[in-house]
Amino acid sequence: MTDSAGENRVGEPIIQLRHVDKWFGDFHVLKDLNLEVKKGERVVVCGPSGSGKSTMIRCINRLEEHQRGQIIVAGIELTADVKNIEAIRREVGMVFQQFNLFPHLTVLQNLTLAPIWVRRLPRNEAEDLARLYLERVRIPEQADKYPGQLSGGQQQRVAIARSLCMKPEIMLFDEPTSALDPEMIKEVLDVMIELARDGMTMVCITHEMGFARTVADTMVFMDRGEIVERGPPAEFFAHPESDRTKLFLSQILSH
Amino acid sequence: MTDLDIAQELPIPVERPPQSTHGIVDWLRANLFGGVFNTILTLIALYFLAVAIPPLVRWAFIDAVWSAPNGQACHGAGACWAFIGEKLRFILFGRFPYDQQWRPLAVVVIFVAMILASCDRRLWGRRLMLLWLAGFIAVGVLMWGGILGIRYVETGLWSGLPLTLILAVVGLPFAFPVAILLALGRRSKLPAVRWMCVGYIELVRGVPLVTVLFMASVVLPLFLPPGVTIDKLLRAGIAFVLFAAAYIAEVIRGGLQAIPRGQIEAADALGLGYWQRTRLIVLPQALAMVIPPLVNNFIGGFKNTSLVIIIGLFDLLNTANNALSDPNWQGFATESYVFVAAIYWSFCFFMSRYSQMLEREFNKGRQR
Repeated sequence: MTDSAGENRVGEPIIQLRHVDKWFGDFHVLKDLNLEVKKGERVVVCGPSGSGKSTMIRCINRLEEHQRGQIIVAGIELTADVKNIEAIRREVGMVFQQFNLFPHLTVLQNLTLAPIWVRRLPRNEAEDLARLYLERVRIPEQADKYPGQLSGGQQQRVAIARSLCMKPEIMLFDEPTSALDPEMIKEVLDVMIELARDGMTMVCITHEMGFARTVADTMVFMDRGEIVERGPPAEFFAHPESDRTKLFLSQILSH
Repeated sequence: MTDLDIAQELPIPVERPPQSTHGIVDWLRANLFGGVFNTILTLIALYFLAVAIPPLVRWAFIDAVWSAPNGQACHGAGACWAFIGEKLRFILFGRFPYDQQWRPLAVVVIFVAMILASCDRRLWGRRLMLLWLAGFIAVGVLMWGGILGIRYVETGLWSGLPLTLILAVVGLPFAFPVAILLALGRRSKLPAVRWMCVGYIELVRGVPLVTVLFMASVVLPLFLPPGVTIDKLLRAGIAFVLFAAAYIAEVIRGGLQAIPRGQIEAADALGLGYWQRTRLIVLPQALAMVIPPLVNNFIGGFKNTSLVIIIGLFDLLNTANNALSDPNWQGFATESYVFVAAIYWSFCFFMSRYSQMLEREFNKGRQR
């Protein structure tokens, strides 16, 4: 996959944030954010903790509510209308730092739950789909285990497969490898790289800069609730413009 | 990376854990006589057992009278189980017409059968629901009668064990869904719903069950239009359900609060609606967590049914009480109460064992 191919691959805008503001109490977490993600584009968001990156992607599927501005996802504007929220959540998959698998259900049940109850798929179709995606994240043999019986890396791969079973247009990743032991990070990143190769639209918060270089079309750097800098990874890493970006990159790339 | 791969190829020698203890002497030393303090405690306990058990066995079995023509012939050093034999049908079925008492007997058998069937995991689901529905219908038909050629028996004559079981086994399953709704309502985002649920729970919890029963029995009819009457047993049943629901609701709320935020977010992110999320993700985990206090409440509720004595219903305890008033059989209160206590105890003990089974079943996912 080369950059020139990337130009053709990305299509129409699928996520648009326009002048988005959000406060937690008096604390201004998101300040006039503007971001556009095109279909098939891979955006990697980085920034110091507390910079609002997590809050931003949680606004995209309305786990958090924005208070000003416009968020349009897959052609639907996010408002308080529950119908719109549910429609968008069907199209947007999310992977959490803490996996958030359902501990009382087996791996297979975790995967088939939403297809059966939200997409209304018949059980056998949902199970075929689930096994297909377990195969893709390379743990087909764990289908009948409970999440508590798996390693962290395996659990995160199940969580990715669970989102994929809904056949989303967009995948959001909120620090998917931050809670993992070092030797398990690679197995999760490999799955994500494969997903990127298949043309999934991805917005990914991560500090794995090697992964970002391999996969990202666009790097976004956030600090104190603002998007400070954005650009293709080659320029972003080689010639960061803002001092804040330079400082952050020097801190995370120094070791 | 290559180092790791090589390490995984190497065969790892298997070493067994050392044997901890063997033999009865080791066990005794470890568990009963480990140290001076433990030895003293063991000896004290043995002394109390030696003092208490032999007289009890003598009273209940060795010196007991198992058959006697009347009360006079039955007074001796031991228990008079002949009294229980004489009054068995009255204690169990009370004032239900004597020649019709096969009906409450069948009801008790149905209840026990349904409870035992509920222990079988393979039956769980729609089939068990249907079984319970059929069981309730059968119980209703047998108790009321008036169809299928069996005589009509008014609820005022229902008594003894079937009455206790009807209040508990029919009442608690009704209280449970009410409790779930109250617990969910108390955590609702809508202030009106939340305050109604809080108000209800706090009001009912602040009042003794006796008062609630008394209200249902005496005060409620004052507010009904003339000519409208509600069956006394039904009123007691509703009062009982509403009372139990308030307590169970608080137990369930404890479970709801223990569900990590991430579970709800994951369910939301997958597009599940509120009721789907609640039914499929939140409640199964919340209820599994609160099984011990829940069963505590169920056991309490089961025994609380004996308070319907206050409004003149003849539950098991009341019939046992009434059996004592026979002039031919005077002075056998101990036997009567011991017998009834044994019945209560066996149901409660069963509930306790059943809850332990449920806990094992539901916590499978948390085991390694």
